[in-house]
Amino acid sequence: MGSFRISPSMAVVAVLIILTLLGAWRYDGFLGTYNVQTVLRYNSMFALVALGMCFVIMTGGIDLSVGSVAALSSVVAAHLSHYGLFPGLMGGLCAGLLAGTLNALIITRLKILPFIATLATMLAASGTALLLANNQSVSVSYETYFTNLGQGDLLSFMRPEWVDADDAGILGGVIGFILSFPTPAFIALAAYIAGAIVINHTAFGRHVLAVGGGTEASRLMGLPVDRTIFLVYVISGGMAGMAGVILASQFGAGQPIEGIGWELFAIASVVVGGTLLTGGNGSIGGTLAGALLLGIIFTILNFENGMGWISLSAYWQSVVRGLFLFVVVVLQAKLSRSAQAA
Amino acid sequence: MTAITKSFGGVPALSEASLEVMPAEIMALVGQNGAGKSTMIKIINGAYVHDSGTIAFNGAPWTAGSPQQAQRAGISTIFQEINLIGYRSVAENIFLGREPKRSFGLLDWTRMNTQAAALLARFDVNVDVRAPLDRFSTAIQQMVAIARAVSFDARLVIMDEPTSSLDEAEVSVLLRTIQQLKSEGVAVIFVSHKLDELYKVCDRVTIMRDGRTVAVSAMKDISKLQLVASMLGRDLAEVKKKGATAFEGGGSKIGGELLTAEHVSIGHRVHDASLDIRRGEIVGLAGLLGSGRTETARAIFAADRKTSGSIRFDGQTAEYNGPADAIAAGMGYCSEDRKTQGIVPGMSVAENLTLALMPALTRSGMLDEARQREVVERFIKEIGIKCSGPNQKIRELSGGNQQKVLLARWLCMNPKLLILDEPTRGIDVGAKAEIQNLIRRLANEGLGVLMISSELEEIVEGANRVFVLREGRTVAQLDHENITEGDVMHAMAHGHNG
Repeated sequence: MGSFRISPSMAVVAVLIILTLLGAWRYDGFLGTYNVQTVLRYNSMFALVALGMCFVIMTGGIDLSVGSVAALSSVVAAHLSHYGLFPGLMGGLCAGLLAGTLNALIITRLKILPFIATLATMLAASGTALLLANNQSVSVSYETYFTNLGQGDLLSFMRPEWVDADDAGILGGVIGFILSFPTPAFIALAAYIAGAIVINHTAFGRHVLAVGGGTEASRLMGLPVDRTIFLVYVISGGMAGMAGVILASQFGAGQPIEGIGWELFAIASVVVGGTLLTGGNGSIGGTLAGALLLGIIFTILNFENGMGWISLSAYWQSVVRGLFLFVVVVLQAKLSRSAQAA
Repeated sequence: MTAITKSFGGVPALSEASLEVMPAEIMALVGQNGAGKSTMIKIINGAYVHDSGTIAFNGAPWTAGSPQQAQRAGISTIFQEINLIGYRSVAENIFLGREPKRSFGLLDWTRMNTQAAALLARFDVNVDVRAPLDRFSTAIQQMVAIARAVSFDARLVIMDEPTSSLDEAEVSVLLRTIQQLKSEGVAVIFVSHKLDELYKVCDRVTIMRDGRTVAVSAMKDISKLQLVASMLGRDLAEVKKKGATAFEGGGSKIGGELLTAEHVSIGHRVHDASLDIRRGEIVGLAGLLGSGRTETARAIFAADRKTSGSIRFDGQTAEYNGPADAIAAGMGYCSEDRKTQGIVPGMSVAENLTLALMPALTRSGMLDEARQREVVERFIKEIGIKCSGPNQKIRELSGGNQQKVLLARWLCMNPKLLILDEPTRGIDVGAKAEIQNLIRRLANEGLGVLMISSELEEIVEGANRVFVLREGRTVAQLDHENITEGDVMHAMAHGHNG
């Protein structure tokens, strides 16, 4: 009691650090600006989707629609990007929020199980994306700065020249790193900070965990159970929408067939991050670490291929990633059992 | 079976309990919650293995390794919650696991259906055996469960509260079925809290309390009052003494009407429950298990819908859509099931205490954590919650301290009425007295309290007035001066004032 206790989400942070050190030791340029930028830029989409999923899973629910909602949002954003950055951004975001609202309505009003409700939305959103895109990718506007959302580096305009000089030193390196932080990673980071504040410091956030920890107990103490469940699906839809906007911006086109399997990636990030699938307990920071871990494993496998000693096909990469997930989840289960016993 | 002992993690559930049933005998098995009935049943049917003692079945020593083995040997159990498969047909449910087959392992549907129909006809049940089971009423489903038991050539059928969710007509059909079983030479162990039923069909009764068998008697040799007294562990001579003396002076502060519930009914469970509570008054709600106490409380709190009847609270008609409305009107409810309907186990003491209060603690969207801490610390001190600090997880606390947190959860919202369902169940003696005194203190400050308890002592000593429910009806109202354990028991047993 009161003594130091290892929380399950620490397992993922530990593995994350070990893998990062391993990568830095084994591969040239693993912690170089270019690689870090690429990893962060690409994985910020997944991180956003995982954040939304984390809210849903904390209530004991699940959102299978995130991948195809992101695809739909990317198409909507690409279409609207020709009217400017803002319409593109808002269009994609709203498409996601709308899909989330649809999920929320089906689940709270019609009392349909989240698994089924979001499965239906997943299929419907995918079809809508293909219809809106005419079954091909929709190119975005390159005149409206829309592509900066996904491809730009938010602070690069204020980069002083001395940072890139050879004698810039550690300070220069740190400042350089911050200034080369990609825009989508800033968006994801901001979302995670906001998410952590909401969960830990607002009534809504505590209600999310209470509903997941005991739905009947929550109802009997008069908590707005339905409203809480409603909102988490809207949040998840919004995060998927934002991920779709970044997807369109980063790849220069709305991608109606992207997003397949994203929901599983997101669920994996959440679970690896120490959030219980049954709800009631979880960690926003752990989810971020989980998403980063999956991204880093992917990068390491790429580097390994690049070194030319072994060559892993994409299929084998999936197998290796699956094994890693398994190890982390087992480790985590052990930790949480010993925490229970304490 | 004799001298059966069974412990769970050092806590004895049964200590030297015994039970004896003759062929073609209907034996009633009664006792309060926690008396050990369920454990006893589960040992007979092989779900548990006993620690010591001997069991004989058909004259030979016997240990059931599993419910399947017990069933094959001729012991079938029918649980309160029907454990059949609702989506499958009636016939399939009867023959699941031993389906009649034709050559090549194919199912013989014709034989299955005719045999099923023939079996059910023995109990005067004529239904389409090909229809899914869940299309039929609970009573029919129960018959199907009995037919399944009989089809195993059961020599002993155990029924655990089979009538608790049946209406009167259905009950009489079920009781006929039980007598039919008896006439075929089958022994029956019948668990029920409805005394009238027991007297109607049972030959003998075994009464259990605190894991022991306290009495065995022929049904016709024991009065209802004696039966209730020995279930509750009360001496008939002693119960004549007056209660309520412990709280003399409490009554002087009772104010005006707070809640009036009239002719409330809820499905099959409650038919005509009426009660009223005044400000500053502790009203006890007594009754045997299954008498509709919890159901009535939940209907008042709008956790379940009432089918009919009227409730007035605080001068207004109480037509609420859910607990949130009831809470807004000034009610609080501590459920009897602390673990699943009370605490949120993974959360801290502070959070469990303030979850319902959070909207009031929120300033411009953010939780005011300084005020939250203030509230939590005040209540921890005021009602003496023993914990290492506000951040300790509530599941690490003792039952008594968990209950105090739940009480504080409501108290911090300044309720007018607190409904307490078994507030001291599973709580050790010291903490129990603390909680009882706390409840009294709160009532003296003007809070109305509705207290459900299976412990007569708690009701008699703690309440200003007592309402007694029996099979879903209010059968007695006992005032301050008249409350004795004897009176309450009499009403529970006979349905009217002695």
